[in-house]
Amino acid sequence: MNHTAMQLLLAGIVVLPLVGALAALLPAPPGLRGKNPDQAVLRHGVTVTGAVLAAAIALAVGFDHARPARMQATTDLSWIPALDIRIHLGVDGISLPLVVLTALLTFLCALYSYFHLPAGPSPKAFVALLLTLEAGTLATFAVLDLMLFFLAFEMVLIPMYFLIARWGGARRQAAAWKFILYTLLGSVVMLLGLLLIGVKSGTFDMVALATDNGPKAQLSHTVQLLAVLAIGIGLAVKSPMWPLHSWLPDAHTAAPTVGSVLLAGVLLKMGTYGFVRIALPITPEGMHTFAPYLAALAAVGIIYGSLACLALVRKGAGGDLKRLIAYSSVGHMGFVLLGIATMTPTGVNGALFANIAHGLITGLLFFLVGALKDRTGSTDLDTLARSAGIRPAASGAAALLPAPSGAALYARAPRFGGLLAFGAVASLGIPGLAGFWGEMLAMFGAFRPAAGLSRPAFLTFMVMAGLGTLLTAAYLLLVVRRVCMGGTVDLAGAAVHGATHSAGTSGDDPAGGTGGASGTSGAAPNGTPAPSPALPDLPDLARYEYAAWSPLAALTVLAGLWPAALLGLTDPAVQQLLGGGK
Amino acid sequence: MSSVPTLVQSVDWIALAPPTLTAVFALVVLVADLFLPAARKPLLGLLATAGLVLAALSLLPLLGGRSRTFCLPGHPAVCSYVADSFTLVIQFLVLAGALLTALLSLESVKDGELPAGEYWFLLLSSAAGAALLPASRDLATLVIALEVASLPAFALVGLRRGDRLSSEAALKFFLSSVAATAVMLLGVSFLYAATGSLHLSRVAHALTALPDPRLATLASAGVALTLVGFAFKTAAAPFHFWVPDTYVGAPLPIAGYLSVVGKAVGFSGLILVTVEGFPSYSGVWGPALAVLAALTMTVGNVAALRQDPRRAHSAVRLLAWSSVGQAGYLLVPIAAAGYVHDPAHAIGSTVAYALMYAAVNLGAFAVAAVVARTRPANRITDYRGLYHRRPLVALALGFFLLCLAGLPPGIIGLFAKVTVFSAAVDAGLAWLAVVMAVNVVIALYYYLQWTTVLFRGAEESAPEEGSAQAPHRAAVPAPLATAIALAAVLGIALSGAPQLVLRFASGALL
Repeated sequence: MNHTAMQLLLAGIVVLPLVGALAALLPAPPGLRGKNPDQAVLRHGVTVTGAVLAAAIALAVGFDHARPARMQATTDLSWIPALDIRIHLGVDGISLPLVVLTALLTFLCALYSYFHLPAGPSPKAFVALLLTLEAGTLATFAVLDLMLFFLAFEMVLIPMYFLIARWGGARRQAAAWKFILYTLLGSVVMLLGLLLIGVKSGTFDMVALATDNGPKAQLSHTVQLLAVLAIGIGLAVKSPMWPLHSWLPDAHTAAPTVGSVLLAGVLLKMGTYGFVRIALPITPEGMHTFAPYLAALAAVGIIYGSLACLALVRKGAGGDLKRLIAYSSVGHMGFVLLGIATMTPTGVNGALFANIAHGLITGLLFFLVGALKDRTGSTDLDTLARSAGIRPAASGAAALLPAPSGAALYARAPRFGGLLAFGAVASLGIPGLAGFWGEMLAMFGAFRPAAGLSRPAFLTFMVMAGLGTLLTAAYLLLVVRRVCMGGTVDLAGAAVHGATHSAGTSGDDPAGGTGGASGTSGAAPNGTPAPSPALPDLPDLARYEYAAWSPLAALTVLAGLWPAALLGLTDPAVQQLLGGGK
Repeated sequence: MSSVPTLVQSVDWIALAPPTLTAVFALVVLVADLFLPAARKPLLGLLATAGLVLAALSLLPLLGGRSRTFCLPGHPAVCSYVADSFTLVIQFLVLAGALLTALLSLESVKDGELPAGEYWFLLLSSAAGAALLPASRDLATLVIALEVASLPAFALVGLRRGDRLSSEAALKFFLSSVAATAVMLLGVSFLYAATGSLHLSRVAHALTALPDPRLATLASAGVALTLVGFAFKTAAAPFHFWVPDTYVGAPLPIAGYLSVVGKAVGFSGLILVTVEGFPSYSGVWGPALAVLAALTMTVGNVAALRQDPRRAHSAVRLLAWSSVGQAGYLLVPIAAAGYVHDPAHAIGSTVAYALMYAAVNLGAFAVAAVVARTRPANRITDYRGLYHRRPLVALALGFFLLCLAGLPPGIIGLFAKVTVFSAAVDAGLAWLAVVMAVNVVIALYYYLQWTTVLFRGAEESAPEEGSAQAPHRAAVPAPLATAIALAAVLGIALSGAPQLVLRFASGALL
């Protein structure tokens, strides 16, 4: 494809969602009215995000794969000469996968919402916000000017705020407020750092800065230190890095399904992308100084995230599955940050790979948990694990008794349960799936960090990260066991009951799938009535759910089996960034 | 006898047109008020608005030129009135601000809340003074312009008859303003004594080489005291106590007028005396203004943060305190001008920021006026659910607040702040940049809080409100709607093309 076509594609990818957002607010033109206004606007969302996805795929196809280190499809226009701010767009091997991932996830979200709109006010605003969010994230990955990066970075906050505050679940106002406050405080500090770079180097252009630190020659060591500190804080809040993560669990718990998917799948990546795109090449010396601290916090985050998850998954802890996945994101993003902190090509490539993998897997997991909540009305792990047929009045008995396996996901919705188990297993980083390569490469990078970084320290971090993978495996397997298989058989006295129950229900009895029979059979022996209406119908994967989720599962497998496809893109670009753009 | 021929000097009336037209229309309105029957009084408002539009249009022929008039005989470069690009920009700001104020006032005057003839006369007189000020290039004209701008404002603040708050506000405003003027006059007289001239360019020249070094103390005292008067108008920190009570007590349009045009008067005066008049004393006023700026923004923002949203008039109070905070940002580049060789850039940042601030702040006041029509208490909690009642108005207010906060989609607010930041950093005032950053963060909090209130559901007393609101729904009066639309269009246009105002930050203004 020639250069102009590529330029138009990239510009279109950024502009189209914005235009679409405006159009969503207008009344539908005749001929596109659909069955009712709600349906029409949701279809509009699917169309626009679909077009963006198509453009992103075309961009990926047209991308010159032989030279992924070069900025391609570049546009460079003057916007505000007074501040020397230019509309500079372009993609290379680092940003291209993220652009495609964003377009894909947003499209899947729009598709999912078309069939299953979250409860809340008008879908019109919902679609407009979703598209604005998409424009902001895509712009973040496509712009090459520090000020535009900041603008795009901020642009996602307001749509996300409203998605959480208006379509969210319990305690959504508080969570949305916390989200916007945390990220804003972080980004104001980041703005200071970006301005410092701009003022001291004389340009805001990322490419120029990455190659030679701008027209006013090298940034001094002090400036680099200050800039990395300021920018790093802003990016670390977004990533999120321990201990700046505390907005994330609340936001995820309260957000609607689509919001959670995009928050985890795309928004967090903006933070780590910023580290790779800005901190590493533009302020290498400053980054070098702070790398050990970043790595230490990342390693703590890995351990902390998995310990928090282990605490949540405990029986009787009242843990929320959405919250658990949010904490697991803290751990996973810890790997990404650790990879970046090694400042080696191996580590950074691992970080970028883990970025994409986390987007795919956690996106899938949040989709599944959201759907689970719609089906059972709860994301509380204890409720999910317990038979839904036992009412709180009988909870004393329920705590003693193992949950009848008839309530478990495998029996009631086998395909759904299977997909959840697949997501969990992919998330814990099993070889052959996407989660594996990123974490392994990040740890490899830590094994031999860049010259000048303390190797013993990084070895410690690597060991901590390794411990983290074990803990991750532990809690994810516990989740699978409790939610999919139906509780633990750990009480001797209860074991008998458990045995009878499983004998009664977990066999291949034809009613197992529908759940109706198992519900009654599970509850009857306890002497409690089976009043739950939720239990009888737990539908398995619907067709639209297949459509929305299978691409994520397929890509998870593909990235796991053929990591070279992604690493081949990122590696040359990373080599160039770390080599000072030479 | 030698002075006789100089009495008949040629006056460039075209250059003088903007303030003169405004003053002429003020007199016309005053006279017309005597002859118009009560039923036709609304015509006065239209006349005044037309006058402001004409005055603003009279700026057009002056564009690009640099006309001077009232020059010293034999010294064509030493003039009292100069219409250069700085003058024109500030005059545009003042006249456009007054125009928006007029649009806001049309409705409240019609409702009989305010006496028409006096109101329009006073507003136009004050605007004439404010338009004269940026063109003045000697200390006497500056003081006169400042007083012409302020004296009608006292009366405007106290115009709501029978309102205790209003007269108290006017008195408070009057007393503190008069004290500041007295101090400034003292400063001006010191300067005259030390330099022997009132023309800024001559004062600047004389200050570099005082005939007697002992006069230096007198001169620096004069410089400091002169600044006080202007600092008062800008509502800079130790001189800001009049602001909240005055804004609450004044009619709402006048509060908006004071927050924009009043400030423009203050800071353009400050720019003129510091950069034109006392460049050699930048070591005195540079640090002083920097401290003042830091103090002002901190005091304003912290006070705004502490406003209780349920208190009566909390919306106007918050806007009042936030305008104090914004005045702090406006002062930053002026302080920075004291540290750099080429002050034009820094001054341009202030001008660019002021233009942005004028549009969005008046817009916010316009929305407050709309809300005040149905909820006279004008508490921030009254804005709850505004989006459901009047979606467009709520969106506009949200946009204005985000501009003031400097957040996308208020892109112009963000970049105006960026230019102010870079002015501070360029001048080596890193500490001031950091103070400003902290303040921006504080301000984000209360602006955002207000913005989110707009979009919250109106749970309390929703049903009865729905029935009470229904007849009022479509009743945003046309002038108010026009004002909001104008401000919003300006803000959106500037957000798309920030270069329109930011070019002042890179061009030579003075």
